[in-house]
Amino acid sequence: MATTQLLSLSGVSKEFPGVKALNNVHFDLNEGEVHAIVGENGAGKSTLMKILSGIYKKDSGEIIYKGKPVNIPNPFEAQKLGIGIIHQELNLMPHLTVAENIFIGREDRFPGGIFLNNKKLISATIELLNELELNLNPNDIVGELTIAKQQMVEIAKAVSYRGSVIIMDEPTSSLTPAETDALFKIIRSLKAAGKGVVYISHRLEELEKITDRITVLRDGEYVNTLKTSETNIPEVISLMVGRKVDQDQRPENRNISSEIVLRVEGLSDNHLLKDITFELRKGEILGFAGLMGAGRTELARAIMGADPKTSGTITFRGTEVKIKQPSDAVAAGIGYLSEDRKRFGLLLGQDVTFNVILSSIPRFSNKFGFLKVRSAAGITRDAIAQLRVRTPSERQFLKNLSGGNQQKVVIAKWLTRDCEVLIFDEPTRGIDVGAKDEIYRLLTKLAEEGKSIIMISSELPEVLRLSDRIAVMCDGRLTGIIDNKDANQNVIMELATKFSDTATIAN
Amino acid sequence: MSEVTSAGTKAEDGNKVAAFIRREIGRVTALASLVVIFTFFTVMRPVFASWANVSGGILMSTTVIGLMAIGVTFVIITGGIDLSVGTSMALVAVITGKTVMNMHLNVWSGILVGVLVGTILGSINGLLITVLKLPPFIATLATMKGAQGLALITSDLKPVLFTTDVKGWDSIAQGNIIPNFPNAVLILLISAIIASIILNKTVLGRYTFAIGSNTEATKLSGVKVNRWLVAVYALCGFFVGLAAVVMTSRLGSAQPDLGLGYELEAIAAVIIGGTSLLGGKGTISGTIIGALIMSVLINGLRILELQQEWQYVVVGAVILLAVYGDNVRRRRAGETTH
Repeated sequence: MATTQLLSLSGVSKEFPGVKALNNVHFDLNEGEVHAIVGENGAGKSTLMKILSGIYKKDSGEIIYKGKPVNIPNPFEAQKLGIGIIHQELNLMPHLTVAENIFIGREDRFPGGIFLNNKKLISATIELLNELELNLNPNDIVGELTIAKQQMVEIAKAVSYRGSVIIMDEPTSSLTPAETDALFKIIRSLKAAGKGVVYISHRLEELEKITDRITVLRDGEYVNTLKTSETNIPEVISLMVGRKVDQDQRPENRNISSEIVLRVEGLSDNHLLKDITFELRKGEILGFAGLMGAGRTELARAIMGADPKTSGTITFRGTEVKIKQPSDAVAAGIGYLSEDRKRFGLLLGQDVTFNVILSSIPRFSNKFGFLKVRSAAGITRDAIAQLRVRTPSERQFLKNLSGGNQQKVVIAKWLTRDCEVLIFDEPTRGIDVGAKDEIYRLLTKLAEEGKSIIMISSELPEVLRLSDRIAVMCDGRLTGIIDNKDANQNVIMELATKFSDTATIAN
Repeated sequence: MSEVTSAGTKAEDGNKVAAFIRREIGRVTALASLVVIFTFFTVMRPVFASWANVSGGILMSTTVIGLMAIGVTFVIITGGIDLSVGTSMALVAVITGKTVMNMHLNVWSGILVGVLVGTILGSINGLLITVLKLPPFIATLATMKGAQGLALITSDLKPVLFTTDVKGWDSIAQGNIIPNFPNAVLILLISAIIASIILNKTVLGRYTFAIGSNTEATKLSGVKVNRWLVAVYALCGFFVGLAAVVMTSRLGSAQPDLGLGYELEAIAAVIIGGTSLLGGKGTISGTIIGALIMSVLINGLRILELQQEWQYVVVGAVILLAVYGDNVRRRRAGETTH
């Protein structure tokens, strides 16, 4: 099949104050092609996408679109050209309906241009949703939908522009396997219609299923473009990080003390969690697996006192602790690292020091309430060295660090607070392969130093690689706790889908 | 007000009804509170419910704040705030009075001058917010003080007595096109209906909600957000202009020092009516109910001969209760309030 080139970028560079975000990058896209861009965080993927969608302006280089050199000074121009983007962070209006969201800015109007034609809006939406085989109600308020359905709205919106190029930035990051398959079906039909799709994902196993070519970026530099059919994941990873990463590891058999640090007994809440009982030992990593909505994050929040519980006791080192609010949990020595770092874990507009000492301010202030600036900076420099946070100094703002390094700062915050128990919720979400590996090593090291870790993760290889024991949840219940040596993906999935089972929990 | 008919989708009627109740419960409770408060005062003093008191006392005193609150509703739904509406009203009143006097305008031209000046003042707020990128709170705080000063300067610190020069100016508010129904109340009612249509049926209304719900996403969707924001503040100014016209007609003059503090009453009416200060959510009918609750309270407490100082305290308590009640409802409904 003769391919026609839709888009080609050559020699594109972009510099931010102090950072060369992109240096002489090449990329091209053909009609009916899915072309992946991969790279670690900070490799320049997002910058490249933002240049393509008109959010940033390139410093130099050339963009050829449908045979003609073009300028993309703003998002409107990108849309006019036919370049649509699905943003990684959902860009929807939560108070508006599905239909209103999809056609925002292009709503059908009655003659005169002032009044909205809602009937036409709804029928156009239904037509679009049927075409994409998406099960959404046009009148539903978007903010009341699940994240996955909101993602579907984003996709429908991007397709509705009927452009030639659709950029998808981490479209599957919050989708279940079934929903991911539905998305792939949409992508295939877009391909069949001759559209070009730029696909960005951290989930490398997806690339084999859906992409035709893969372009690898590293540190803002172009590395290589590979045909998907002629490569494999390990090769892609080694290009991304410049070294080999083992995908199928298990933890070394560590000797875990029999000392029980945390015991949760009969914990329930008023809508999801039912009678959850488990123990966490000193120096142990207890993985929590389960499907989306199984209640793992809810469990963590209930333990932390962030959400109310209706029954259940929490025993910390043999004494029952009353946890009514997060500060009680922190005072007991339990730290929670949210899956949504940017919202719940960090002050992005503050520097590393501020974030590291945030939970331990009393320790770094004198009796008059003044901050001990020097000792705070000292502790922070130690933490930066110990956790190998990549930052020019302890005074760098958090928003300028990559995802992996931001995560390390959250960890440093809780270590500074001397927490015995750390609850990690999706510790590697949105973090690239190389940095993931570092986070894994860090978690293992923390456990070896005697910290007890609860790790919630939706990635089974991650759970299997790190956890000494694995707790599996389904529909608000704990359906089993298994030793790592007895665990494999099949066993876990079986427990994770044990719906409607009322049997008690084996511990 | 924004119920859209379900066309050809699998109807989940039960859910829809539940969702409808959940969405509308704010306004339903506000209305119920209004009825309860009204009944309470009627039982205490039957004269409270007489038409003379209801129309001449309660409804009439709702008109100025109500008109301003309608404008402020749009602004608050975008996630903004307008602190300048009170003193802007005074400035519009003075400018209108002076212009009418000096140019010997008739009633209709005078009204036009009022709403035009109001709209211009509103646009200035919008431009400060979008072009200079000032936060709405700061921009309108500045224009609030500016308008206060300019109203005093242009009037030489004296009330502008112009209404007797213009035939029919006093009947703008006090006349009765409908027998026994003051025109000012009619103006408020018609304004509310038109505002509600703008909010729910027009492009401007849709973008008002969209901007308040997620400004960045609206921008990235190709909507010229700045332009629409200016339009929203201009619309708010339009209603401020209308409020100024009604005010001068009621008082028979333009009072340069009357208006400061009205902005907070207007904002209170909007909040009591269930509009979220965070933006993205709100209704005109809620705002009108909110404004009515406040004037019913003030009027009733006055009839009960409660001191004015205590009337303020009661209104404060009502604002607390209304917003707290809304929070509790939302938490029950499972909405997160992070």
